[in-house]
Amino acid sequence: MTPHILTRSLDRAATAFVLIVAAVGVLIPLSNLLLPQGSMFQVPTYLVALWGKYVCYAILALSIDLIWGYCGILSLGHGAFFALGGYAMGMYLMRQIGSRGVYGNPVLPDFMVFLNWDKLPWYWYGFDKFAFAALMVLLVPGLLAFCFGWLAFRSRVTGVYLSIITQAMTYALLLAFFRNDFGFGGNNGLTDFKDILGFNVQAEGTRAALFLLSCLALIIAFLICRAIVTSKLGKVLIAVRDAESRTRFLGYRVESYKLFVFTLSACMAGVAGALYVPQVGIINPSEFAPGNSIEAVIWVAVGGRGTLVGAALGAVVVNYAKTFFTSGPLAPYWLFMLGALFILVTLLLPKGIVGTFNSWWETTKSRNGSPDADSAAREDGVGAPNPAE
Amino acid sequence: MFANCIDRFRALCLSILLLSCLAVPALASPFEDSVAKFANDEFSDTEAAIGEVAASGNALASPIISALQDGRLSADPDSKKVFVTQTDGKIVDATTGAAVDKVPDNAAAVRLNNRLRRTVEAALGGLTLLSPDPAKRLAAAQSVFKSHEENLLPTVEGALAKESVKPIKQAFAEARAAIILFKSDASDSDKLDAVAVVKARGDQEALALLTGLGDQPPLVAKAAASAVSSIQSNLAMWSMVQNAWYGLSLGSVLLLAAIGLAITFGVMGVINMAHGEMVMLGAYTTFVVQEVIRTRYPTLFDYSLLIAVPLAFLVAGFIGVLIERTIIRFLYGRPLETLLATWGLSLVLQQAVRTAFGPTNREVGNPSWMSGAFELGQITITYNRLWILCFTLAVFAILLAMLRYTALGLEMRAVTQNRRMAASMGIATSRVDALTFGLGSGIAGIAGVALSQIDNVSPNLGQSYIIDSFMVVVFGGVGNLWGTLVGAFTLGIANKFLEPVAGAVLGKIAILVLIILFIQKRPRGLFALKGRAVEA
Repeated sequence: MTPHILTRSLDRAATAFVLIVAAVGVLIPLSNLLLPQGSMFQVPTYLVALWGKYVCYAILALSIDLIWGYCGILSLGHGAFFALGGYAMGMYLMRQIGSRGVYGNPVLPDFMVFLNWDKLPWYWYGFDKFAFAALMVLLVPGLLAFCFGWLAFRSRVTGVYLSIITQAMTYALLLAFFRNDFGFGGNNGLTDFKDILGFNVQAEGTRAALFLLSCLALIIAFLICRAIVTSKLGKVLIAVRDAESRTRFLGYRVESYKLFVFTLSACMAGVAGALYVPQVGIINPSEFAPGNSIEAVIWVAVGGRGTLVGAALGAVVVNYAKTFFTSGPLAPYWLFMLGALFILVTLLLPKGIVGTFNSWWETTKSRNGSPDADSAAREDGVGAPNPAE
Repeated sequence: MFANCIDRFRALCLSILLLSCLAVPALASPFEDSVAKFANDEFSDTEAAIGEVAASGNALASPIISALQDGRLSADPDSKKVFVTQTDGKIVDATTGAAVDKVPDNAAAVRLNNRLRRTVEAALGGLTLLSPDPAKRLAAAQSVFKSHEENLLPTVEGALAKESVKPIKQAFAEARAAIILFKSDASDSDKLDAVAVVKARGDQEALALLTGLGDQPPLVAKAAASAVSSIQSNLAMWSMVQNAWYGLSLGSVLLLAAIGLAITFGVMGVINMAHGEMVMLGAYTTFVVQEVIRTRYPTLFDYSLLIAVPLAFLVAGFIGVLIERTIIRFLYGRPLETLLATWGLSLVLQQAVRTAFGPTNREVGNPSWMSGAFELGQITITYNRLWILCFTLAVFAILLAMLRYTALGLEMRAVTQNRRMAASMGIATSRVDALTFGLGSGIAGIAGVALSQIDNVSPNLGQSYIIDSFMVVVFGGVGNLWGTLVGAFTLGIANKFLEPVAGAVLGKIAILVLIILFIQKRPRGLFALKGRAVEA
């Protein structure tokens, strides 16, 4: 069974993607650790952390592509699942600080001492164990997505309505996490981490290992998504995306399919957040900002929705551009560029980079007389105007 | 009782007279004698001096006592001379008011303790009770009501008898009642009358006065207790009214921000994420109009908003039509992509305004007819909030009439209900779309004019309203303006009633969660369009 899934889900492009990510995941840490500093091929540590961040964003983008590209669910609140995973990891890292904090309290994190709390709130119990925290990284976003999705999909909240209430969800969480008495560090969030599993978070070796792990997580997430979208389940998801009512009339329980991918996608976003936090060194409520979630959607749109590879590529490209432009003299113009990117991509490049490349490739092939060309060509749901959707 | 007071007063005068007779010839008048007591550096003498100076009726009494309150009164214990350091730093002799070069080296500030500070406050209150300025008299009466200083009773009664302005007379009567309530030798019937007067006042301070009454004859205590409970229920009622008013005010702001969104969403099924930026553009239009008026025609300032409203409508409406023609037109049938494109547009517009006007808040002034407030029972209503409520309702009514009675309104409704059918009947749907988008954006622009009066005008102005406006539209239902109206006021009032219970942030979170749950129950909002058009 397993090998069958693998062979089916790995076409040439997917294999290439997995191999490239694996190569990057191995080569960058190796070059960082083994080559002498100052060498032309040595990757400096800050770049390892930076690219580690991009890889985490790529996982988030994959999770969005799975639901948006294949099931038509546009979540404008996926940043919330990402941040929740990040907070779960941040809580573990906070507990690992132990008595090395500014106030030297062995149990309470600094901000609780500062707020005069005398004992740990119940929801912080267990986060000193990595296994528990890792479980929570999956469980908290997954559970929230399950409850949210169960309510929303069962009552057939679709389209822009769903987008808006996911946005309301992340906005509500933003407001909640900003509060000091909520017990997650308020405005400042969680930071000043020391150890992860006994290794120093700042150490080069740890950063390299985290990078490798992030690449591994990206590969696993990609394989899971590929396995789903190439399976029969994936076909039903695409049917839901293109004609939800018709799929329901055919006897499929649309809400169950949607709920499954939505929850899975939230868990993936949670893992991305959990890997993101130790590499960036901070998690604060601004990660819940609705703008962040919308930005993550545009990564997918730029790369090409419904292509998986494109989503990951889009996340890296857009974030690389962001780092490049916001650190230079062009910084004030970054928002113009980001805004223009949103507009131009939706207007001129609705299939994204990868999607456009794919259709160009298909037309070239079919012009050359290849017989199986249009079997892979896939319309993007851009049909007749239907504004009441 | 009155006679008693007069007796006391006589005794006081007599004692002053006697004192002045006994005084050293160098101290010419009783006033100077009293002032000199400040130099004794004894709290009891200082207290006596305060009383005597206040009762002297001398024009210098008020500056001396306020100087004492602020620690600006210094006395030379040897020469018994007292000096007032004025607020501008000049020094005068307290008894004559003549300017002095400097305070002698051995002079020290007259000391006060807490008991004396109260005496000083009461004395100042008594002094201003007779002030020719009505505002000062009113303030003095209020302060006496709070301090209920017993020795001010004759002054208050004198002032009460002379007073002709009605609200001030009322304040004096209340001050007198407060004093009588705390006076140990007042008769029961006087006290009962006093309780009735304080009860009629019925505000937080009356409540504080009655609850802090202490030992009283049983009859009075009973009356006071019943007055307390009646005031409490009265205050609870007013706080409800106040919450409702705040809720209406918030609701009107939400309605104003959401109504344009409701039109574009309802007619075109388009989520315009840049809607908040249209509001912002309206606010900046107001800013520019006011700047021009300030520099060129300062006399027109009161009309600035009247000029800004049509301008903001045109500016935002024009940009709206531009957006529709260049971007949204190409995205019909892809609502989710429209959402992304307009979000990008909102980033561009924000950054453009930030570049043009700077990232900081810009100053937009209130015209005179919008500033100030008036009292209604126990609540204060500010004119700007009231005007915004009226303005919102006016905009709503005009819009409703437009949809009902104009050709464009008819076409818009037709397109909302069934686009294809409308097109088949010869309605130029793309023209209707452009005009609708322009109309929605224009209304957002005039919302910006109103919001500039109560909020900071900054490039982020629109962002803070966009999520709330979406909530209103989603809650109220699409394609029905009444739904937006009900949605906005429901959310506004619910928010303000939750705020005192749960706190501002938790209240807001609760509202968001409630809306999310509500959407599950009614996925198309409160007032959903019925019929086949809904199911796509």
